[in-house]
Amino acid sequence: MRPATLYLLLAGGVLAMAALPILLPWKQFVMTVAMAKGFAALGVALLLRAGMISIGHALFLALGAYAAAFMSRGAGITDLGLLILGSVAISTVCGALVGAYMVRYRAIFFAMLNLAVSMVVFSLLAKLYRVTGGTDGMRVPVPTIFGMEYDKSQFDAILYYVALVLIVAVGFLVHRYLKSPLGHALAAVHSNEVRLEYLGVSAWRVLLVAYTVSAALAGLGGVLTAVAVGHVLPEYAYWTESGHLVLTAVLGGIGGVAGPFLGSIFLEFVHSFAVGYADDAWNMINGIALLLVIFFLPQGLYGLIARRRAAKSVMERDEDK
Amino acid sequence: MSDERALLSVRGITVNFAGVKAADDVTLSINRGDFTAIIGANGSGKTTFLNICTGYVKPQAGAVYLEGREITALPPRNIARQGIARSFQIPQLFTDQTVRENLMLSIAAREGVFQGFTPLDRPEYRAEADELIALVGLQSVADTLTGTLPEGLRKLADVTLALALKPRLLLLDEPTSGVSALERFDIMNTLMNALRERETTALFVEHDMEVVRRYADRVLVWDTGSVIADGLPDTVFADERVIKSVLGAV
Repeated sequence: MRPATLYLLLAGGVLAMAALPILLPWKQFVMTVAMAKGFAALGVALLLRAGMISIGHALFLALGAYAAAFMSRGAGITDLGLLILGSVAISTVCGALVGAYMVRYRAIFFAMLNLAVSMVVFSLLAKLYRVTGGTDGMRVPVPTIFGMEYDKSQFDAILYYVALVLIVAVGFLVHRYLKSPLGHALAAVHSNEVRLEYLGVSAWRVLLVAYTVSAALAGLGGVLTAVAVGHVLPEYAYWTESGHLVLTAVLGGIGGVAGPFLGSIFLEFVHSFAVGYADDAWNMINGIALLLVIFFLPQGLYGLIARRRAAKSVMERDEDK
Repeated sequence: MSDERALLSVRGITVNFAGVKAADDVTLSINRGDFTAIIGANGSGKTTFLNICTGYVKPQAGAVYLEGREITALPPRNIARQGIARSFQIPQLFTDQTVRENLMLSIAAREGVFQGFTPLDRPEYRAEADELIALVGLQSVADTLTGTLPEGLRKLADVTLALALKPRLLLLDEPTSGVSALERFDIMNTLMNALRERETTALFVEHDMEVVRRYADRVLVWDTGSVIADGLPDTVFADERVIKSVLGAV
């Protein structure tokens, strides 16, 4: 598929999402949450590009969400913009600190260490009742927007479009990052880390940047989820949430920025369908969807629309012969 | 370091692998502009020597100097940044990227990969990559993923990746192994032209004595961790110890 066609499709997707609250108003809330989780899944997808699977990125989702809760309850910050900036800043700093240690490890060690740290934070959030509200979590009041107060339903409508605009803006930045030398170096860690080091590039630094960016994205997903739901819970940091993010990223595809969002929105639709027709079998349907993608779409849903480079290059070579 | 011509010098280098001597108090210098061949039987310490020079193996004793500055046991990425690049016996490429992308990444690595949002695929990198591609004759596969290339072309791509760093010293680990006898001299000719054009000093490990005889300015013969002969190809190949230790075994 040519880039122009791809951009047209993506623009069409964004327009369709923009029209969704008008066409399917009852879907607006779940789609806001799906878009929010999409940011976290994009963070996980960045690390997947380097061949690193984090089963602990819900940690940063929870950090972003709790940061928003603490800021609005403890510090009295109610502005949505400030909440987003503050939460993202906190998860970015935490990502850099945790990442400096994590990215020294590879494969199963990386996956398990992320899992371990996220579960420690989950336990702390659940046990420190006086600070975090324990398993009851914390309520997040409806934020103001540039000093204007809105009721919950008005705010939700605005938040939906804020999330959509952020997808386009942040998506563009991440796209540029992936196309930059640093982004290519990230993929190079996966295909040949030894060679990368012999080219004079520190894989540790390349990965630390990616880890920090991924934490920032997960934190952004966290704050958006928190203000959409209006409540934060320790479960945000639980390992099933981390697993769900990996699943979303793989399902959507890590080949492009749109993949994880596609995965997140697709899963949300599957979810509402499954709940409507087979309430108890939601996880099974989820699993079957993933199996189908792994078997038939190894590049994820995004692979359906993006060109398949490997196949193309082999064909080109055969034509040369 | 007294010798003005010396680009790389090693002093008293010793490496033992579980009792096997890979380097036994080796002292030598590599001069600027020379194309030096390293020969020797399997296990004589040739690749270990390259690994010491690139920081992959830390010697138990001795020191390595690049233009008089000590670089002993610095990490490979630091040594690469100081100007020593290497190619590998088994090609080490970014297999899911094209030849051109591989080269552009190498060029970016030379310039530093931390440079914000400017795309890797930019006109000046592309032009430089294409120049290298033309230099080594990989034009027909410039847009092919390196993982799908045949062995000979992978080897050439691997060497070109090292060349793209514009190194002061290029270490080549068996540049013609796995390449058919017919292509061997073509590849070497191409390589030699590229090296001369860029005034790059090179050190290459080689098993094919005909390649050594034709292209090397100097030959170092290794045997159980020591250099047993050092000189012009014709002189070295006439040495009886060399005939016994290396040529006899070939």
